[in-house]
Amino acid sequence: MSTHFFGDTAVLLGRSMRHIFRSADTIITTAITPIALMLLFVYVFGGAIKTGTENYVNYLLPGIMLIAIASGIAYTAVRLFTDMKSGIFERFHSMPIARSSVLWAHVLTSMVANGISLVIIVLVALLMGFRTSASLLSWLAIIGILALFTLALTWLAIIAGLTAKSVDGAGGFSYPLIFLPFISSAFVPTATMPGPVRAFAENQPVTSIVNTIQDLYEQRPIGSDIWVALAWCLGILVLAYFFAVAAFRRKIS
Amino acid sequence: MTNAPITPEPAIRVRAIEKSYKELRVLRGVDFDVEPGTIFALLGSNGAGKTTMVKILSTLLSPDAGSASVNGFDVAAHAERVRESISLTGQFAAVDEILSGRENLVLVARLRHLKDPGQAADDLLARFNLSEAASRKVSAYSGGMRRRLDIAMSLIGQPEVIFLDEPTTGLDPEARIEVWQVIQELAKRGTTVLLTTQYLDEAEQLADRIAILHQGRIIANGTLAELKQLLPPAKVEYVEKQPTLEDIFLALVGNEGKVASSKEQS
Repeated sequence: MSTHFFGDTAVLLGRSMRHIFRSADTIITTAITPIALMLLFVYVFGGAIKTGTENYVNYLLPGIMLIAIASGIAYTAVRLFTDMKSGIFERFHSMPIARSSVLWAHVLTSMVANGISLVIIVLVALLMGFRTSASLLSWLAIIGILALFTLALTWLAIIAGLTAKSVDGAGGFSYPLIFLPFISSAFVPTATMPGPVRAFAENQPVTSIVNTIQDLYEQRPIGSDIWVALAWCLGILVLAYFFAVAAFRRKIS
Repeated sequence: MTNAPITPEPAIRVRAIEKSYKELRVLRGVDFDVEPGTIFALLGSNGAGKTTMVKILSTLLSPDAGSASVNGFDVAAHAERVRESISLTGQFAAVDEILSGRENLVLVARLRHLKDPGQAADDLLARFNLSEAASRKVSAYSGGMRRRLDIAMSLIGQPEVIFLDEPTTGLDPEARIEVWQVIQELAKRGTTVLLTTQYLDEAEQLADRIAILHQGRIIANGTLAELKQLLPPAKVEYVEKQPTLEDIFLALVGNEGKVASSKEQS
């Protein structure tokens, strides 16, 4: 069964990567909305926002990247849902392949596609004045956290793709996730928010991730935020993976 | 009886299969055998449980009770061996719209771990008259082409048993005849075909044996001649032979090869 796992996953990954490159709009839309938000916040609202930092592009880039990931994984749910509806999922499952490679191919595709749109976003941010003195090690840590966050949300998307009743449902689940960075430290410091909102903002996963990434590329000492961020990502990942596999089992039993 | 006739192991053996979706009892004890190299039609109206039966045989669903084996392998105990022996063509053409026809075939050939996926794809493209459209995206294919590609994808790796779930639903008459020809050719090459259909004429045209699935049970199973004997002997009536609309349509559209072959069959 597992003897073909890597080969089969690679073949299916090649298939979904073709989907992505042939409908380039999926990458462009996942990158363009966050870029538009970045332009809006930097050049329209930015002048009025006091973050205590000189470079607002630096301040908001992590939040923008998280928004990009949250909207990018919606496409993963839609692609999986489309496979289920079109019958190609059943075709794969009636073939002598490693069955889990069907899901893993979608997961890896999500990682690659989100990676590409994040690179585009960082390049635009550089043009807008993003500057960092981060070391290679810090960059590796940033990439690691973003990859972990993407992986966790991708497994959430797999649940949505497997259980949705309609294509809108499959894609729509990500809206609350896209919204989460707005109620965090991503755009304005949480200190300005009224009590209950501030309490929510300071204790939801996005804030700790945003703070960690900011600390890493500003070369500031990293506080406990990184552990909170890792705990959130791993917690979401384990739970989402567990429910996704359960949903998958139900589909194929 | 010392010289009992040696009956070959059936290609498909189904015994007392039951399956329910929550309250709904879809299959209530289904039994049948399919001999190797024959075409077996499972006939039934919508919701009779045909697709459920095919899904159980192709290891996509597990039964609540009973047993089934395909090509000698039990579907529960040796699902992997069953999958090596079969191919499923589902109710809706399961093709990848964004890939080209050739890419679809290569994809399946790779997943079946063939040595030369490109060659396998080109052979099937030629056999199914798709060579010209090979590099076009499948989303630009007609319904008939899509179905042909779908069936071609099922033939990769030469599986011993092929399941065709309502293979002609939604096809125009010409495409339907094309699919019929493909199915007949398959059986000639020794492939076992289990086909589900709600069209009586399709079962009549193609099948060596026909089983009628009704309310979760097989209520009749036999050759066409045997099934005919279930009814009172034929009466002789004189009826003017009018061309059917299908005859007229095909004559007017004028694809001569196909018209000729449709007459052969009827």
